[in-house]
Amino acid sequence: MQKKPAQEILWMSGNEAIALGAFEAGVKVASGYPGTPSTEIMENLSGYEGVYTEWAPNEKVGLEVALGASFVGVRALATMKHVGLNVAADPLFTASYTGIRGGLVVITADDPEMHSSQNEQDNRHYALAAKLPMLEPSDPAEAKEFLKMAYDISEEFDAPVLLRTTTRIAHVKGVVTTGAMMPARVKPGIVKDPAKFVMLPANARKRRVVVEERQKKLAEFVESFPGNRVEWGSKKIGFVTAGISYLYVKEAFPEASVLKLGMAYPFPDRMIRDFASQVKKLYVVEELDPFTESHLQAMGIACQGKELIPAIGELNPSIVKNRISGKAGARLFEPVALPPRPPNMCPGCPHRGLFHSLAKMKTFVAGDIGCYTLGFLPPLSSMDSCICMGAGVSASHGMAKALGEEGVGKVVAVIGDSTFVHSGITGLINIVYNESYSTVIILDNRITAMTGQQPNPASGTNIKGEPAEALNLEALCRAIGVKNVVTVNPHDLNTTRRVLKKEINRNGPSVVISRAPCVLIPSEKKRKKIPCHTVLENCTGCRACITLGCPAMHWHSLSPAEAAARGYKKKQKGHSQITEDLCNGCGQCSMLCKFNAITRGGDA
Amino acid sequence: MMKEQGNILFCGVGGQGILLASEITAYGLLAAGLDVKKSEVHGMAQRGGSVVAHLRFGAKVYSPLISPGEADLAVSFEMMEAVRYLPFFHNNSRVIVNTHKILPPAVATGKMEYPENVLDELTSRNIAVTSLDAFAIAKAIGEFRAANIVMVGVLSTFLPVKEKVFLDVLDQRIPKRFLEVNLKAFKQGRRLAAGSGK
Repeated sequence: MQKKPAQEILWMSGNEAIALGAFEAGVKVASGYPGTPSTEIMENLSGYEGVYTEWAPNEKVGLEVALGASFVGVRALATMKHVGLNVAADPLFTASYTGIRGGLVVITADDPEMHSSQNEQDNRHYALAAKLPMLEPSDPAEAKEFLKMAYDISEEFDAPVLLRTTTRIAHVKGVVTTGAMMPARVKPGIVKDPAKFVMLPANARKRRVVVEERQKKLAEFVESFPGNRVEWGSKKIGFVTAGISYLYVKEAFPEASVLKLGMAYPFPDRMIRDFASQVKKLYVVEELDPFTESHLQAMGIACQGKELIPAIGELNPSIVKNRISGKAGARLFEPVALPPRPPNMCPGCPHRGLFHSLAKMKTFVAGDIGCYTLGFLPPLSSMDSCICMGAGVSASHGMAKALGEEGVGKVVAVIGDSTFVHSGITGLINIVYNESYSTVIILDNRITAMTGQQPNPASGTNIKGEPAEALNLEALCRAIGVKNVVTVNPHDLNTTRRVLKKEINRNGPSVVISRAPCVLIPSEKKRKKIPCHTVLENCTGCRACITLGCPAMHWHSLSPAEAAARGYKKKQKGHSQITEDLCNGCGQCSMLCKFNAITRGGDA
Repeated sequence: MMKEQGNILFCGVGGQGILLASEITAYGLLAAGLDVKKSEVHGMAQRGGSVVAHLRFGAKVYSPLISPGEADLAVSFEMMEAVRYLPFFHNNSRVIVNTHKILPPAVATGKMEYPENVLDELTSRNIAVTSLDAFAIAKAIGEFRAANIVMVGVLSTFLPVKEKVFLDVLDQRIPKRFLEVNLKAFKQGRRLAAGSGK
């Protein structure tokens, strides 16, 4: 358990700093769903005393949990990645009307450059659309301070407050100082206030007016909000900037004047107008959309932004410097062509066995979000769509309805255990209710793997690693009305292929649960590995094992002379070779080898 | 020893202990009284793909990202990855390379060849290269997973931080049961750097 340190200087990531900030803010209830780059906030917060933390099945549930905690007067936190806020948008927009009792902060961690995401939406638009204040820190120290300020603002203005980070805040480490604990303002307990909390039309219409009044008060407040500040330098050029872009501007133009917006929305119009009037040339530097620039343009302020600064991907100091100055930077070394190194499933990953079996079936594989999305890459190349959490299940049903009888055996959905619980269950209900023949494969590796092995409702443990009720996926699917539910071990390639063939060709709903633990689960990592071994003299170079794309297996090319020297047929082009240091001993490759050239540990 | 500000790029393949190595380096620089920022990426980027971490130090650091052409030092935990980040280097960059090879999928499946003499791409551009097989060195010490700390040992000789400061950092940051082997790895790295005449 981490205890409150005395004033101490620490070096922390933005996510660790936000967790410390939540602790110092006296947050009592925090709920979230893992998602890069937000995950470590909840993981770290779960180590502090006096804060209840949990992994929710999805972000909508997480935000509603936090809202409920706020309704009974405690400070609450909901964490998610940018696309998670799409899922939680429903409660967010109406929570703007109800307001809060205990301070409520919603963290949206955006991912410009899409390091680990399916899109790079700019979530500042949510603040505008939901009429909520949004803070935007520039570094870990500020992330912690802004989170604490966000609770003050939330309670002062009776509004949930959004705090937006990006990858370069969340996963940047910097110096952070511990601070004072914030005393509670609200006495926790049940208070019935239906006019505020029951959003049926008659009440909502009244709250709608309150929201607009709050907007006016916030517009006044932001003019003196200490997170918005002017740093005067040369008045030849001035920058309006926020978040990580502020640091790039400081690096690229240390002499310039800067209006740093700590609050992304609403805007301090008087401050902006005053700043703009004092600088000769005004630039707006922001990552992704021209959110701030559009506001300045609408105010009639002459400025330059996206005509110079790219709207796609991350910025860095040299992009800012070169684009604003109009000069090319120092001459750089051009990149050299190299074999690409995309991410790959781990050695021994159970998903590999499933996708290898699926690859041979020529079906349309409606995929989903998780490590298994890597099934898209060669040599497995067995994913044909990936949209958002749960979309594969619903889309496969749509395909089935569009194709009719002709599509039987040609469409399948794959979805991970955590993703199925997040957003796949309703799609499966639809398949049964509306009589489809879709087959849904649940890749149950017992954990939320891609984000770093967080437990989920089907794992049997909670966020602290304590035992928890494990959702029984087979029983759930049967309760939904799926009559054919089969569980397979994906490492057993032969059985898996047989079961898949039968279920995919079934003219009715079916679920295949492909169950084997992720190799990165701590208990699996501790398990003693008995690697597989290549018996080189037996290898015929048929390449069957190579089609798995396992990082522990590689192809060794041979010239005809080399082949002959090794006692192979001259036309044998090479042999397979296992790197035993990397091998996990799953044995998938040995099952594919028809020539006894791969032995499993203990076999030989 | 380099001046009191600089940019270090750490690169390699997910799972090689790059984050720990960059962390130890950062704590050494912090203990020497410098401001340090480090940027990394998690999630899908970590699954066996090419991984990079940016570390910047100085009296006051703003940007957590190193701009192209501005890495003064680089530590590559895999041979070919040292070349992938070429656009980050400049004429006076020093690149410390672990010559251990990890085959990317296209090479492992026989579709492409691992480039031969790949470090020539650096030396031919007059970039200083310190190369060593950290994996083999660590294996000889008795723990191949300490290869990352061998690399930190080499790197440390190019930083404005005393050896004692790093030894204290290792003592504080490495679990007791792995400490001895990691101290050995670190010292071995320093010895090699001294022997190579830098």
